[in-house]
Amino acid sequence: MQENNGIVIRNLNIYYKNNSKNDFTALHNINLDIPKNQITAIMGPSGSGKTTLLKSLNRLHSINNGVKVNGQVIIDGEDIYHPMHLLPELRRKVGLISQKPIPLPTSIYENVAYGPKIHNRLNRKESDAIVEKTLKKVNLWEEVKERLNQPAADLSVGQQQRLSIARAISINPDILLCDEITSALDPISSEKVEHLLLSLKEEYTIVLVSHMLRQVKRLGDYVIFLYMGKVIEQGNMGELFNSPRNKITQQYIKGVIS
Amino acid sequence: MKVKGRSKKVGNRLSFRLVKDNISRKIMIVCTSIIFLLFISFVVLLVLKSNLVISKYSIKELLFSSFWEPENHKYGFFSATFGTFIVTVFSMIMAIPISILAAVYIAEYSPNKLRRYLSSFIDVLAGIPSVVFGLCMLLGFVPIFSVLLKKWFQIETTGMCLFTASITLTVMVFPIIVSLTVESLRALPVELREISLSLGSTKWQMIKKTLFKAAGPGIISAILLGFGRALGETMAVAMVIGSKNNIPTSLFASGQTLPSLIISSFGEMMSVPEEQSALIFVALTLFVLVTVSNIIAKVVNNKLKKRWRY
Amino acid sequence: MRYLEEKIVKILMICSILAVLGSLLFILFITISRGWISINENPGIIFTTPGPRYLLGGEGGFFHAIAGSLYMVVPSTIISLILACLIALFLQSEYSSKRISEIIRLFIDILWGTPSIIYGLFVLTILISFHRRGCLLAGIVALIFLELPIITRYVDESISSTPKELKEIAYSMGLTRVEVSKIILKYSSSGIIAGSLIGLGRAFGDAASIIFTTGAASTMPKGLLSSCTALPVVIFQQANSFYPSVRDHAYAAAFILIIIILILSITSRLLQKKFSKYTVGD
Repeated sequence: MQENNGIVIRNLNIYYKNNSKNDFTALHNINLDIPKNQITAIMGPSGSGKTTLLKSLNRLHSINNGVKVNGQVIIDGEDIYHPMHLLPELRRKVGLISQKPIPLPTSIYENVAYGPKIHNRLNRKESDAIVEKTLKKVNLWEEVKERLNQPAADLSVGQQQRLSIARAISINPDILLCDEITSALDPISSEKVEHLLLSLKEEYTIVLVSHMLRQVKRLGDYVIFLYMGKVIEQGNMGELFNSPRNKITQQYIKGVIS
Repeated sequence: MKVKGRSKKVGNRLSFRLVKDNISRKIMIVCTSIIFLLFISFVVLLVLKSNLVISKYSIKELLFSSFWEPENHKYGFFSATFGTFIVTVFSMIMAIPISILAAVYIAEYSPNKLRRYLSSFIDVLAGIPSVVFGLCMLLGFVPIFSVLLKKWFQIETTGMCLFTASITLTVMVFPIIVSLTVESLRALPVELREISLSLGSTKWQMIKKTLFKAAGPGIISAILLGFGRALGETMAVAMVIGSKNNIPTSLFASGQTLPSLIISSFGEMMSVPEEQSALIFVALTLFVLVTVSNIIAKVVNNKLKKRWRY
Repeated sequence: MRYLEEKIVKILMICSILAVLGSLLFILFITISRGWISINENPGIIFTTPGPRYLLGGEGGFFHAIAGSLYMVVPSTIISLILACLIALFLQSEYSSKRISEIIRLFIDILWGTPSIIYGLFVLTILISFHRRGCLLAGIVALIFLELPIITRYVDESISSTPKELKEIAYSMGLTRVEVSKIILKYSSSGIIAGSLIGLGRAFGDAASIIFTTGAASTMPKGLLSSCTALPVVIFQQANSFYPSVRDHAYAAAFILIIIILILSITSRLLQKKFSKYTVGD
């Protein structure tokens, strides 16, 4: 398993502290091996802990109070929950694209150049090159090259989402976390974004949360099924969909539970 | 499984950013603790300075006697406490029903465009300074009012009385209560209205039974905010109340409130330490009153919010 | 029966709204019309400083008060804005725990509710213990007291209402807390500006906190430690004068004050529109 350079999760438990006495356990004893340079899809009914699992991969829930974590998440041979681990460094390696596209309150250009400028000292030429390269990667360059200095909020929602992806990959992460990134989009924009993900998987390890079975089938290489905070089944996409071993998985795939 | 805990090497640039992060956090902590320290020193200073007068005279005498005669060393300010109470309560009695009805009209009955104009107009008016209210009431309302009173009720007054002060406060808290009530009514979901109306209630029944309950915490905190403002209002009241340190005999007699007592005794205050201390005790009383009512407001608001969950 | 109730309530409502609007329009109308007349008669009063016997009906105007107001209000707003941003950021979950934030918010609310005259008295007692007379600096300090809780509350509210996703994506680019805070401040800039303009307006209009602390001078402010005065204080003093001409000056001063306040609140609205263009609209 060590030669797997993706993400290794061992005995991960996550609790939310409630105001009442008992904590709510969001994830029970998760053990996963997420493969490199593939699209791993996490599916499951709502409330099953998909987003919690996703955000645990770059420790984003530590910005909220009252979350307790134990267990290990190992990326690049390093335990990211080790107290000495540096969050900014981790998050540079593990980018997130959120459900709703949220442009930073600046221009289109600055949205893409923001991350690279923070991490490295860049002159105008270098940042221009990064912006152009990144926007071309997400197929947005042709649409916006004339108006790079306009507010990013003026773009359409679909364009904003592709801009979010551009912003995430502008700092060359190893892993991209995608939290239901098409759920706020219209069908045509969704399709564009899905194509984009497929083309990006050669360079990045992608972890995708989705509650749409068809999307999981279209995109996923490796599929994880979560139910009530537990991993019920995991495996390659074809295997899991064609011959699910667990009863709950069968029911979910048939659409009996959702 | 054995793993390393930390990235091997932290780049120069990242460590610089982390230092910056740490420093900025420390600055924030310092600023926030400044607030704390200020607050504590504020209370401590008020208590220390009023100690002189408390040690000389009993608190009971100060609070419940109504002889404020600094030249004879008498510092009972019950009349001012009483005046504060009367003026505040009377103004709230007038302001609450009128402003809530007006807010309901703006939020529920008026057409969209009119609503936008009305509420932004009232928002703007909420910023009018209190001296301007005082000035207009003093020079525009008081002379007419005293003539009218004389003509209709044969009451001889200067027009500078508790009633005028209450009216001034009423007008001053209108914009506060109205705009906050409109806000909390508009924040309710449309479905709430639809459900109630589709059960066959009239619009007013819907407002009375559903909206008032759902917007209850918001409306109550609006009222309490107005109450707090009226309680502590200084300049406008000091201009129109007449500033007489005796228990007022009627609504149309001159009186005194706690803040106006402080303002009108200010001239002498620097010279006599005892009177200075007495005035600071007045301020302390006012502070305690306002703070207690604020805390009650907060508690009530939280309770209501829990109960109605809107 | 219930239709009758509906009708009565509606009539009552219209009466109430007329009462509210009528009383407020009365105030506006009196100030603007009388102030306009008085300024038109003698426009010089805005630009001249008072003569020796000004409050007794003598020569001069109240330019010293306008200048004094500006000298006090602008610095105190800037200082409280900076402090308010730092405190409001500290209240976010990255920096302090929920308990501590709640306690601090309670303190801010109490400070917000405290009548401004108590701040004035507080600063005055400090002045007395240093054996100093009222001065510009003391006025600025008193106004910071007045404005800080107001602006902090507004900044806190608009920071807390930024979408959670904004923070998440910012952190997931590997930013440190300050860097994220900068983005968040920028995102909520329209709310911050609105809050500081409201604080500015309150500071312009408040007399009770500075009537004790600035020494009520009748000359132009000369430095941080020299005495000065402000518009609302001057209005208060003039309104109690026995001389009709001086009372007219009060109207003129009130006119200027109201114009300043109106300009402030209208700019705040316009600026909010301008700054909200970078954020996602509803």
